[in-house]
Amino acid sequence: MTTTADIKLKPVEVVVVGVGVAGSIICKELAVAGMQVVGIERGRMLESRNDFAMPYAHDELKYEAHRSDILQNLSRETLTFRNTMGERALPMRQHGSFKMGEVVGGTGVHWGGVALRFLPWDFETRSRTEHRYGKSIFPEDCTSQDWGVSYDELEPYFDQFEHIYGIGGKAGNLNGEIQAGGNPFEGPRSREFPNPPTPHTYSGSLFSKAAASLGYKPFPTPTAGMTQAYTNLYKLHLGECVRGGFCSGQGCAMDAKATPLTTVVPSLAHHSNFELRTLCNVIRINKDSTGKKATGVTYVDARGRTVEQPADLVIITSYAFNNARLLLLSGIGKPYDPVTNTGAVGKNYAYQVTSHTRLFFEDKVFNPFMGGAALGISVDEYNGDNFDHTGLGFVGGAFINTNSAGAPPVRVHPTPDGTPGWGSEWKKTVAHYYNRTFQISAHGSCQSYRSHYIDLDPTYKDAYGLPLARLTFDWHDNEKKMSEYVTKKAAEIARAIGPSKMNSHAVKGKYSIVPYQSTHNTGGAIMGADPDTSVVNKFLQCWDAPNVFVVGGSAFPQNGSNNPTATIGALACWAADSIKEGYRKRPGLLV
Amino acid sequence: MGESANNTGHAWGYLTQPEVRFLDAAVARLIPADELGPGAKEAGVSVFIDRQLCSNWGMLSRAYRMGPWPEGTPQQGFQCPLTPQEIYRQAIREINAHCVQHHHKPFPQLTTEQQEAILKDLEADRFVMEALRAKVFFDMLLKNTMEGFFSDPIHGGNRDKVGWRLVGFPGVASSTYPSRMDPEMDNVPYLVEPVSILEIEQNRAKLDAQGYPVHIAIKGGN
Repeated sequence: MTTTADIKLKPVEVVVVGVGVAGSIICKELAVAGMQVVGIERGRMLESRNDFAMPYAHDELKYEAHRSDILQNLSRETLTFRNTMGERALPMRQHGSFKMGEVVGGTGVHWGGVALRFLPWDFETRSRTEHRYGKSIFPEDCTSQDWGVSYDELEPYFDQFEHIYGIGGKAGNLNGEIQAGGNPFEGPRSREFPNPPTPHTYSGSLFSKAAASLGYKPFPTPTAGMTQAYTNLYKLHLGECVRGGFCSGQGCAMDAKATPLTTVVPSLAHHSNFELRTLCNVIRINKDSTGKKATGVTYVDARGRTVEQPADLVIITSYAFNNARLLLLSGIGKPYDPVTNTGAVGKNYAYQVTSHTRLFFEDKVFNPFMGGAALGISVDEYNGDNFDHTGLGFVGGAFINTNSAGAPPVRVHPTPDGTPGWGSEWKKTVAHYYNRTFQISAHGSCQSYRSHYIDLDPTYKDAYGLPLARLTFDWHDNEKKMSEYVTKKAAEIARAIGPSKMNSHAVKGKYSIVPYQSTHNTGGAIMGADPDTSVVNKFLQCWDAPNVFVVGGSAFPQNGSNNPTATIGALACWAADSIKEGYRKRPGLLV
Repeated sequence: MGESANNTGHAWGYLTQPEVRFLDAAVARLIPADELGPGAKEAGVSVFIDRQLCSNWGMLSRAYRMGPWPEGTPQQGFQCPLTPQEIYRQAIREINAHCVQHHHKPFPQLTTEQQEAILKDLEADRFVMEALRAKVFFDMLLKNTMEGFFSDPIHGGNRDKVGWRLVGFPGVASSTYPSRMDPEMDNVPYLVEPVSILEIEQNRAKLDAQGYPVHIAIKGGN
């Protein structure tokens, strides 16, 4: 690439790269603080009244992964993938295992709305686990580490995020006091959820009764689907969810799902010190001659022009893969080398470990097409370190839940194991069971390992001629053992409900990038207390360039069991505060 | 064109008439018409596939299309350099040629049992094709058949909402679902006439003030 831009703009105070869950909150918080902010987003602007208008919002095919126009356009940029370092990585040519967004609002537009906080243990996985079980419990190649920030430090920012996103739920731990009906394993929260928990569902009540009969403490899963009409921290109004069942993977016609588009972006329009630039793809963070200071970013705009935007402060808030890739393309931080286990950029990629147990009944119907964001019940007894791991041979765990997320029939037409995939027998079985089934899922943590990382691909390029990110990842024995253990626990709950048939599959074999699993990819620009083993410090600030902050799932040193969005949101609130109250007053490293 | 008489009114955008006959026959094996009701052929899945082949998806315009193109491992996913348009055209030609060679008739004229045997060979990747792996075509055909059978009729398949009627899916949601989130309604089937986007576009469905359809209850059900 040429280093001279077609256009060089006047400097601004802050440039934010990627206006999704993290970027939108940071834009807003810094704009409120009076900073001059430019948000640069490679996707287009959406308006729910236009893009998600009824009845088209209920068109399942429109949002199918290979067709959806709110997902990343892979013709311009994708990543390459291989299971092991010995293989040749090949491009992810279509969306499969995960679905990154490419619009204002990012992946947060089509998220499923499960809004659990990470557990206190998640932030101190290494030290707490070693303290309880000794160092040898971690596999030798495991590179999991503490985040450098604690749950208690982040608590006010989880609270802030929940009041921006209008999360519905029931507290299980208020300032250290356990609350009936909530999750007794959650970290202490300073106050109740802003909205009430999700309403009753039949599958949820069956799950709840069975879990309670086994001694567990079921609780309503925290949800970003509005459980009542809500006016948020930024004075934006969200309607109550009508449980229409076209939710995860789609936009909401009712503005009833909290997303960047419904909770933050419209309020940015009031700030004359904020500017949003869409269809602009940042290709590089520019540095000065010392290499230790960013001078701004270069992007390609919709007309194909290369534009340089100088800025005092550069905040990278795109998806995990792209956060790591932009640092690698820009030469910020030391690239991770898995052979010598040195360097940090690209290190500690991890991916949530999900398994499903599906129950089939003859005498029960569930109307599964009714549903919404995180409408259901969870148990946390096997999450994180909530149970004794002595002798189990693995680190980590899972939350187990049932979720009435809707059942659009192209995607959801399950059959018991052994049913043919087509023909008359298949048809008969689908017709019988579509309304007589639901599933219980285990969403598991994923530790980080030396051989799981992101670097630049040596062969494949994006539309601008720049190397794609290359992902090297496989299931590790630790995660397979964890999945087997927690999936058995999920199956026990299922059996207590009494289905006539049951499919239950733990994670095994090799990780495949083909079937959809979750859009919960983490790492690559991880947090930590040591500049040798992390990219950013506890304030999400680059050790190697203090005027660059990198915020998002990329910062997680390993993946917790709980879905990541609430923690990404909390990190965004925390980073924004660190910039407003810390960096702005005394630029330089905050630690 | 008797075989595709059920497709009257559709202006074929990509598929040729022999290809339509092939697809009508193949999708009728994947989801057959039987005592439970119409199958994929009657649902207009061939029309659906034709329209999909004319869409962005038919040329994979949102997929990464740069080489090199080694086949890779199953875990690395779709690595075929052909577009769906090219895959359908080439695979149908090769399968018909095979049928003529071994059975002296193209695929649509074989017996049900012969057609099923060939589909099973494609699925198991036993069928050797020149231009692509048989399973690449079979997986695409099966996925498109399910999509055409179960997606909104606005896309040309699921004619008369037969896929939705089969399973009891109500289509575009009603805004009254929250009233069902009540223990009193546990295990009570929600039996309504499904409503499609197509019907709403054609002013054939009643809407409430929020733009959601008013569902009409039916008796019986699945």
